[in-house]
Amino acid sequence: MTPSIPKLLLICGALSSLTACGDRESDFGRPLERRSQPVELVLLEDGRPDPEVLAVDQFIRRGNGEEPETLDPHLAEGVSAAHILRDLFEGLTTESSEGEINPGAALRWNISRDARTYTFYLRRDLTWSNGEPLNAEDFVFSLRRVLSPETASSTSRTLLPILNAREVLAGELPVEDLGIALLDEFTLQITLTGPTPYFLGLLASPVAFPVNRGNLEELGDQFSRSGQLVSNGAYILQEWVPRVRIDLRKNPEYREAGQILIDRVSYIPTEDRATEIKQFRAGELDWTYEVPNNQFKWLQRYYPEELVVSPWMGSYFFGFNLTQEPFIDNPSLRMALSLAVDREIITDKVTQFGEQPSFSLVPPGIDGYVPFAPEYADWTQEEREHESRRLYEQAGYSDEWPLRVEIRYNTGDNHKKIALAVASMWKQILGVNATLVNEEFRVFLQNRKQKLITQVFRVGWISDYNDPYSFLELFLTGNGQNDYGYSNSTFDALLEEVGLERVRARRERLMFEAERVLMSDHVIIPIYTYVTKRLVNPHLRGWQSNVMDTHPTRYMFKLKARENPSGEGASQ
Amino acid sequence: MNIEAKPRSPELSVEDPFAAAFAEEDVRGRSLWVDAWHRLLKNRAAVVSGVIMAIMLLMVVVGPMVLPWEGDFTDWDNTSSPPSLETKHWFGTDAVGRDILVRTLEGGRISLLVGLVATLVSLVIGVTYGAIAGYYGGMTDRVMMRVVDIVYALPFMFFVILLMVVFGRNIVLIFVAIGAVNWLDMARIVRGQTLSLKNTEFIEAARACGVDHHSIIRRHIVPNLLGVVMVYVTLTIPQVILVESFLSFLGLGVQEPMSSWGALVNDGAQDMESAPWTLVFPAAFLTVTLYCFNYIGDGMRDALDPKDHL
Amino acid sequence: MRQEGLLRHAAVRLLGLIPTLLVLITIAFFLIRMAPGGPFDGEKVLPPEIRANLDANYHLDEPLLQQYFRYLGQIITGDFGPSFQYKDWTVNELIAQGFPVSATVGGLAMLLAFVLGTLIGTVAALRQNTAVDYSVMGVAMLGISIPNFVVAPLLILGLAVYAGWLPAGGWDWSWQRMILPVITLALPAIAYIARLTRGSMIEVLHSNYIRTARAKGLPESLVIRRHAFKPAILPVISYMGPATAALITGSVVVERIYSIPGLGSYFVQGALNRDYTLVMGVVVFYGVVIVVLNFIVDLLYAWLNPRIRYSEAP
Repeated sequence: MTPSIPKLLLICGALSSLTACGDRESDFGRPLERRSQPVELVLLEDGRPDPEVLAVDQFIRRGNGEEPETLDPHLAEGVSAAHILRDLFEGLTTESSEGEINPGAALRWNISRDARTYTFYLRRDLTWSNGEPLNAEDFVFSLRRVLSPETASSTSRTLLPILNAREVLAGELPVEDLGIALLDEFTLQITLTGPTPYFLGLLASPVAFPVNRGNLEELGDQFSRSGQLVSNGAYILQEWVPRVRIDLRKNPEYREAGQILIDRVSYIPTEDRATEIKQFRAGELDWTYEVPNNQFKWLQRYYPEELVVSPWMGSYFFGFNLTQEPFIDNPSLRMALSLAVDREIITDKVTQFGEQPSFSLVPPGIDGYVPFAPEYADWTQEEREHESRRLYEQAGYSDEWPLRVEIRYNTGDNHKKIALAVASMWKQILGVNATLVNEEFRVFLQNRKQKLITQVFRVGWISDYNDPYSFLELFLTGNGQNDYGYSNSTFDALLEEVGLERVRARRERLMFEAERVLMSDHVIIPIYTYVTKRLVNPHLRGWQSNVMDTHPTRYMFKLKARENPSGEGASQ
Repeated sequence: MNIEAKPRSPELSVEDPFAAAFAEEDVRGRSLWVDAWHRLLKNRAAVVSGVIMAIMLLMVVVGPMVLPWEGDFTDWDNTSSPPSLETKHWFGTDAVGRDILVRTLEGGRISLLVGLVATLVSLVIGVTYGAIAGYYGGMTDRVMMRVVDIVYALPFMFFVILLMVVFGRNIVLIFVAIGAVNWLDMARIVRGQTLSLKNTEFIEAARACGVDHHSIIRRHIVPNLLGVVMVYVTLTIPQVILVESFLSFLGLGVQEPMSSWGALVNDGAQDMESAPWTLVFPAAFLTVTLYCFNYIGDGMRDALDPKDHL
Repeated sequence: MRQEGLLRHAAVRLLGLIPTLLVLITIAFFLIRMAPGGPFDGEKVLPPEIRANLDANYHLDEPLLQQYFRYLGQIITGDFGPSFQYKDWTVNELIAQGFPVSATVGGLAMLLAFVLGTLIGTVAALRQNTAVDYSVMGVAMLGISIPNFVVAPLLILGLAVYAGWLPAGGWDWSWQRMILPVITLALPAIAYIARLTRGSMIEVLHSNYIRTARAKGLPESLVIRRHAFKPAILPVISYMGPATAALITGSVVVERIYSIPGLGSYFVQGALNRDYTLVMGVVVFYGVVIVVLNFIVDLLYAWLNPRIRYSEAP
């Protein structure tokens, strides 16, 4: 008669279970199938895992965030597409499981003395997944395709260090004038505009992957669909069901096919982080793209083995608009606001996932660079607050004349909490009257760029390549990314020198000096450096945490489960 | 009979021979409302709901003034802390240490305001529009309903997102956006009912007596629609509160540090396992309110049904 | 006479679809272009050379009016153009992939809601103001008293994560994956339909012709089925037109939380990404669906309610 009563009961059941899980040790929150323990990893003499310990079905499912916008490596922009493309393709260089740059399609290379010319010697036995041979000409074709105006590739900016790239993109020169030369069937020479120490790293990114000319010419813009894509990586595209899954299987033609253990990998897009984690807990995923904010303690308690947190190459900070009141020509006010922010509280209480409190722009761990640290980084928070109040008064503000300021951020749970925290600290310590302005992402970007109504705004910068320069260049006078209106000739001159410097130690010193100049001008309020955070099935091994957050499937393998699950899995 | 062929009757004048009949109508109309009120008071569920809502309203208005916490105060010593008497956070705190009780009461102000104002807007526009279209029929109806169709055919989400995106977060805009969509439903339902009413005997009779259209709509059609409209209003208030929560789900709700039940419930739903108190308390307030509105609406519907007393 | 009127009405409504769509396209086109920012804006700003290439590729460098007429010309041939966001697919393909999913889930939800909603509403009306009335309506009301973005994760937690009976998310056309989304979508609709049915059923039951039918000594079940039900569900039919259109074109909440590849999230994602072609595509598609459904509702209305005559004005 009333068939919805069972549903009601279920809802009540779920409600009661969730209220129960917060405060007592129980099986709630315990993943169901997943609590089977993997066997001990045994390595053979050559460093590879003993086949005895491997699971029979080497199949993994990776949660992958947004649906990739395309699998054309030259057009794909997002992180989720990049994860898949790293499995499908291989560039001249490639990444190890630790994220280091290794030889890929190129066996070795020479770099000229002026650090501007790279000569790549390709492996001679390379083939495409359709069996056709792959040689240097394919790379010439592909790099030209990226940089030709008709391709309209937005990621082509990654290859701008190549000689004449900008002119070719602007249609002023033909693609043949690019600094890319075919020396013979297996030798390729790339000339750059200036020394670019991170260039080998750029070549490992999807935009520098080769595409198969015949495949492209036959199918046009549909070549990257399932069952059609010809690739040269460890995996081939088997099936792409839009917004459901992208299935890859091992590519038997890959140069190291014999070494690869995972036979099939399925990338599952999930728009909602909360859903993704539930899918993981229900045993439907082996690897999540990320985990929800604000649940660190809970995850650490119930998923200690699965939770993986590691530093990432990104900085979270607030920027000042230096072209408008009240921050124009007012470094002491900017410094006061920066000192009043208690980074420890933000990372400990708000973000919680082990983000590092930050006092400078460049995150630590980038290619050996040690970021600049201002003296107040070593002060106690009380000392900082004391100095902050002094500077605030010096700038002419007081309880009677409080600063009124808008903190602008784009819609997002984490951004909201951090902005709230900062506003609250300013209010409690300085009496600043801060209003929060939450804007939709593209509106926010436009306002930031126009520099008319912004005052303080959030910025998050995840670097494209493993080099401090990618952070520093944002502050160059006239840079498209310079939403602060910052312009300091000393800083600009230092960065220009960086662009010409070939000696690594000197280059680092110049960048350090530039960062010092920038930080002394108090253009930004550094908050923390990013971490990546995800849940990983403990059976899945072979991957390593790294600052680039690249995790090709070809290094992974899956351990089999223990026959008699012991320990906590069985006892409870 | 085609109303398009005939010039519209002017406003009822004093000389109108049927004026007396309308004066009588008026008296009957008033007693209907008095009767309805008595019947409403006999409906226990509605009365209890009314009392709860009155208490709720009082709490929401007075509560934040007397409670020990400010809604935007961040208690860094107690972030995401469960309900506790010691910390004086009786409903616990959220991720940045704000008191959930105060936030819930402050959120209630916004939610109730949005619910009432947006519903009122849609009620006035929708009933007028629908009754006119349904009653006049013909070309008028066709044109008016074409306009409704067009606005209808614009997906609500698209419309609201663009409003929020172009004009920014603004609570007045939330009223406008929600009201602007909801009157369409109201108009359609009222029109449908009017269509079925206008051929009934008593309307025919009034028309035969030469009563002008304006008066027929006001005195005969609208009162007879009240039953359905009341049910619909009580569906609309909770619906509007839910729509506001949906906007919060999309991240397009009210601007921090302001809040609403929808925004709080949405935040809570993110942490439903790790911090269930952030969901349970606002959700309880929301649900109780929605239930109460519905029971009050039921009571009103039963009390106002004119057909009961023909 | 009545048949003729219906036919004429049908013809008028279908012809009316064209100007409706034209106005709709125009409003939507200029509304989305009013939104600040464009499809190629991101945290990382494009160098001007690359930006120019992209704009030229998508004709964004032309004057807006020219783009509008280009779009109109394109859409007459039924071509919604390529998506800005999903570069491998055309908007037509994305809709063709998403609509069957949304229509299945939404259609099943509406069916469930209609059956349960009218049943609950009728039962409640027959036992007006009794414990039965309060309890069945109380249960039905849950659907519109708890937001679906709370209900959906609760269902997943209870039935997928803890009980392990159903999948937590994803899509493969299996019934297991449809259960939770269909329930979640149906809950509010059940509540609405039950309330509408209850309200109008009470009204109908008090009407003279039902009294007459009862007085004639007809059994109560026959009175309900033969005489009361049809007029009582008129408001439900009115509600179901737009509600069905909304359900079968997908719900962003349900799609996001259950990871379902339907149309719903395109309305939001398309607008937020400034994916002009995609958002225009789904808006126009939605417009067609809703006009067609409203037309069907009108036909049903006329069929159920003999008092409506389309052939003549009052």
